[in-house]
Amino acid sequence: MTDLNSLRGQVAIAGAATFGCGVVPGYTDMELLVGAAQRAVADAGLTMQDIDGLCTASVTATMWPMVVVEHLGIRPTFIDGTMLGGSSFIAHLLPAMQALMSGQCNAVLVCYGSAQRSATFNRRDIVASRKLLDPQPYEHPYEPMLPPSAYALAANRHMHEFGTERRQLAEVAVAARQWAQRNPTAFERGPLSIDDVLNARMVSDPLTVRDCCLVTDGGGAYVLVRGDRARDLRQPPVYVLGNATACWNRQISSMADLTVTAAQESGARAFAMAGLTPADVDVVELYDAFTINTLLFLEDLGFCAKGEGGAFVEGGAIAPGGRLPVNTNGGGLSWGHPGMYGIFALIEAVEQLRGQCGERQVSGAQVALAHGNGGTLSSQSTAILGTAATL
Amino acid sequence: MSEMQSGVQQAWQARLDAGEFVIQRCGGCQQHVFYPRGLCPHCGADQLAFVTPAGSGTVYATTVVRRKAELGGDYNVVLVDLDEGVRLMSRVEGVAPDAVAIGLRVQARVAREQDRGLLLFDPL
Repeated sequence: MTDLNSLRGQVAIAGAATFGCGVVPGYTDMELLVGAAQRAVADAGLTMQDIDGLCTASVTATMWPMVVVEHLGIRPTFIDGTMLGGSSFIAHLLPAMQALMSGQCNAVLVCYGSAQRSATFNRRDIVASRKLLDPQPYEHPYEPMLPPSAYALAANRHMHEFGTERRQLAEVAVAARQWAQRNPTAFERGPLSIDDVLNARMVSDPLTVRDCCLVTDGGGAYVLVRGDRARDLRQPPVYVLGNATACWNRQISSMADLTVTAAQESGARAFAMAGLTPADVDVVELYDAFTINTLLFLEDLGFCAKGEGGAFVEGGAIAPGGRLPVNTNGGGLSWGHPGMYGIFALIEAVEQLRGQCGERQVSGAQVALAHGNGGTLSSQSTAILGTAATL
Repeated sequence: MSEMQSGVQQAWQARLDAGEFVIQRCGGCQQHVFYPRGLCPHCGADQLAFVTPAGSGTVYATTVVRRKAELGGDYNVVLVDLDEGVRLMSRVEGVAPDAVAIGLRVQARVAREQDRGLLLFDPL
């Protein structure tokens, strides 16, 4: 029997890549996934024939892993198709680590693709069909604009309980934009002020369109191998020091406290596995589907006390040059958001720890946190990653 | 037993369609439960029975969904905490959508929309 702490640092991310991020008409979800998968495997210095473990999930296709097996031409001995929304591809880490360390497989590919912006069957159609395929009979009759209205309710409650201001939410969007301006792959890089966010079109009070993530296409993938093997591959290994997943509810109306997410549990367990605390983290990548997410996760993951997220981000504190680098690629708010963003947060963390981020590189980053959120503040998965120096 | 006649979701909706709003109460731990389901989320017992709540509650969180006027205009979505201690999603009517605020006391009312019962709230 191995305990979780013994898994710390035993597995490394050896390859990571994105493909077709932004607007790519004419591609399917699968084609974007395959493009990212091919690049991630090549990035690791491996071939697709080396892959014998697969983790993947789709917004629409329930039997997605089987289709991915066909397209990649692989015969995996480990398959995880757990679908927890946007946190899935961070939640896939721990089961993959256990499969690698038990010898069930030797190289796991985690992969995702979405053409939600450009596809004929686009995000609007997906939302409509979900009412039939995944009914929420006690919420849908009131026509909440999901997901924004769910996060708007959480923001409304946070403002009520803690005095959080819309300007503080806007700080999150402005910081993300300032990081995006240093990232040539970001989708939105134009100027953005706090007033721009406040004066943008209101979607679901108190969130304007600039408090909401982008809708883009894109694929992302990464490759996991045991640490001893990773040392001999192409890229500097990025070790998985801790990972944990928590889910307390599906529907926003079933959430016990709209200001406390299951990230409080996933973060505590991930930090315990890693033997680290928030003070040890050099760079933070959070799933910022909406500006309120960043405040909630900074609080629940322990970077500040509950209720102090708004004050924590003021004055450019999470922007370039601030006290804590958060969402250094520009996040879902400004880099891009292909449906389920978690994998892209993780890939940015990997690139930061490799020191490959150019103008947006956080100098000397050794420990990174990547956090995924799924559903409507429903599932939460936290990963703590580190360079070889952290082992 | 009613469980042989329909599942709990259909049974709940049938009562709502008939103008009656019910929630569940657990025969094991005596706590109230919403939405209707098969097992008590507090104690795991399968002794959930429909009871009639007072229908009074307090707005826990609120938002206004912004919609173009030609499509019907803005509308309100709330989470209400019933006095029995359960939370549910609904809409507050009889007041402007953006005049609904956390802490507002509200009273349940069964309306009809699209030939179905629909639980709504009015300010108390």
